[in-house]
Amino acid sequence: MSLEFLVASAIAVLVAGGIYLALRGRTFQVVLGLTLLSYAVNLFLFAVGRLVVDRPPLYAKGVTEHADSLPQALVLTAIVITFGMTALVVILSLRSFLESGSDQVDGVADRPADEMRP
Amino acid sequence: MNLLDHLVIAPVVIPAIVAPLTLLAMRRRRRIGVALSLAGCIAMLVAALALFGIVQDDAIRAYPLGDWPAPFGIVLVLDRLAATMLVLAAALALIVMIHAIVTAVDRKGWHFHPMFHFQLLGLNGAFLTGDLFNLFVFFEVLLIASYGLMLHGMGAARLKAGVAYVVVNIVGSALFLIALGLLYGLTGTLNMADLARSVAALGPEDQGLLRMAGLLLVAVFALKAAIAPLHLWLPRTYAATTPVVAALFAIMTKVGVYAMIRVVPLIFGDDAGAAAWVPAPWLLPAAVLTAIVGFAGVLAARAMREQAAFAILGSTGTLLLALSCWTQATTAAAVYYLVHAVLAGAALFLVADVTLRRRGQYGDATVASPRFAGQQAAGLLFLAATIAAVGLPPLSGFVAKLFILQTTFDTAPWQLIWATVLGTTLIGVIGFARSGSAIFWKAAPDGDPIACPPRARAEFVAPAMLVALLALLTIGAGWATAQSQAIAAQVFAPDRYIAAVLAGGPR
Repeated sequence: MSLEFLVASAIAVLVAGGIYLALRGRTFQVVLGLTLLSYAVNLFLFAVGRLVVDRPPLYAKGVTEHADSLPQALVLTAIVITFGMTALVVILSLRSFLESGSDQVDGVADRPADEMRP
Repeated sequence: MNLLDHLVIAPVVIPAIVAPLTLLAMRRRRRIGVALSLAGCIAMLVAALALFGIVQDDAIRAYPLGDWPAPFGIVLVLDRLAATMLVLAAALALIVMIHAIVTAVDRKGWHFHPMFHFQLLGLNGAFLTGDLFNLFVFFEVLLIASYGLMLHGMGAARLKAGVAYVVVNIVGSALFLIALGLLYGLTGTLNMADLARSVAALGPEDQGLLRMAGLLLVAVFALKAAIAPLHLWLPRTYAATTPVVAALFAIMTKVGVYAMIRVVPLIFGDDAGAAAWVPAPWLLPAAVLTAIVGFAGVLAARAMREQAAFAILGSTGTLLLALSCWTQATTAAAVYYLVHAVLAGAALFLVADVTLRRRGQYGDATVASPRFAGQQAAGLLFLAATIAAVGLPPLSGFVAKLFILQTTFDTAPWQLIWATVLGTTLIGVIGFARSGSAIFWKAAPDGDPIACPPRARAEFVAPAMLVALLALLTIGAGWATAQSQAIAAQVFAPDRYIAAVLAGGPR
C-alpha cells in the first residue's frame, strides 16, 4: 500500500468524521468536528508539497533535492490560527451554555431547559 | 525608494500600532485611549486619501515586504480598486467611530477600541495584499476581531448568534485552505500575479482540479459575502449585534465581493483555459436568489435592525447581478454600486440605532408607539437612508441601479437581471414604507409621549454624515462613474497587474 494512499485515506476519514460531527446539534460535538476538519486540512496542506522521504527541509551539504518548505510554513500558520479559533469557540459555547441554558448550536433547547441541567 | 512609496503599507501599519496603544492607554485614562483611537481613524483616512491621489496616474504599484522580489516574498499591491476600498473603509470607520463615542457604545465592554482597529487592520490588509495565503491570514485577522466586536456588550441573543457565526466562519476558513492547497499543489505558487501566469500554462490533465479549486475559492468568498444559499448566518448575526458594529460590518460582507472582483478576472480570466470564468454560470442564479431573499426579508422583517440586515443581503444580490456578467462595463457598475451599498447599509444601521435609543421599551420594533423625542429628525434620516438603500431618485442608489440596468442591457440574460432589479426594488419600497409609516408616522392612540432623558443631538451627526456622503456620491456621479470605469479597466487588464508585480522578479 503506497504512502499516498495512506495519507489520502487518512484525510478522507478525518474529513468524513469532521463533517458528520460538525453537522450535529450540540456544541461539544461541533467543536470536535471542527477540530477533526482542521486536522484534515493541515494534513492536506502538508501533502500538497508532494510526499517525499529522506530529503532535507531547507539546506544540507551535498544534497541537491530538497523538500518543499513552503507548505510547512503554511501549515504552521494554519495550525496557529485554527488553534486560537478552537479555543475561542470552546469558550464561546461554554458561555452560551451558561447564559441560555442550552448546548444546542442554535441556542434553542429541544427539551425543556430544566431537564438538561444536571 | 522614497518615503512616499512606503505610504502603501501605512493602512496596515497605522491600525497595527494604534490598537495596542489604545489598549495601553485605556488602562490608565479612558479618554486618552479614545482620543488615540479617533486620531488613528483620522490618520488612516488621510493616508487612504493620499493613496487614492497616488493611483490617479493609472500605474499599479507593488510593495515588496522586506524587499524580497515578488514570487518569493510577500507583496502588497496598490491599484485603483484597492485604493478606493481603502478610502471607503477609512471613511466608514471614522463615521462609525464617531457614532460609537457619541452614543457611549464603546463603554459597554473593555476592548472595543483595540478590536475596532484590529478589524480595520484585517480589512485594509485584505484590500492591499497580492498573495492568496496572506489574503487568508488577513481574512482571519478581520474575522477574529469581528467575533470580539460582535459579542461586544454581551447578552444571550448575541451569544447564540455568535456561536453559529463563529462555526460557519471556521468551516469557511477550512474550505479556503483546501482551495489554497489545491492551487499550490497545481502551480507551486500562491502569489496572485504568478498564479495568473502559471494557471495559463497548466496542462489539460490538471484543468479539472483547477476548476474545482476555482469554484471552491469563489464558494468561500460567497460565504463571506453571504450570497444565497450561504447567507443564513448573516441576518441573525447582524440583527443581534450592536447596530454600530453592524454598520462597520456593512463593509465586511463586501470584502468577499471585493475578493471575487480581484481574483476571478486575474486568475480565472480569459487565459485560464477550461477554467476561464469558472464561477460565472453559478453566480447569476445565486445573485437572483440573494436579491429576492434579501428584499423579501426587508418586507417581512419585524424590527429595523433585522430590516437593515436583510437590506445588506439584498444589496449584495443586486451587486452580484451586475458582477456575474463579467464584462468590463458591468464591473464598473458593480464597483459604483458597491461603494453606494456599503454607505447605505451602514446608514440604515445607524438610523436604527438612533431610533432604538429614543423609543424606550418599543425599541426598534415596527409597531406604532407614542411620540418620542427627535422623531422628525430620525424619520427624515430614515427616509433618506431607505431611499438610498432601495434605489429611488434622487440619491445614489438610483444612479447605481440605472448604471447596472444600462450596462447589463448588452448581455445575454438581461431580461432576468432587469426583472430582478426592478422587482426587488418594488418589494423593498413596500417593505421600507411599511416599517417607516409604522414607526415614524402612526402614533399609538393612547399613551403619553415617551419621556426621553435629554440627550445630545450629536447622536444624529454620524447618520447625517453618511447621508451627506451618499448625497456627494450622487452629485459627483459623473466623476464617480468615471472612477469606477477606470477601476474596471484596470481589473480587466491582468497583464498590467502581472507585469507590475513580477517586474522585479528574477524569473
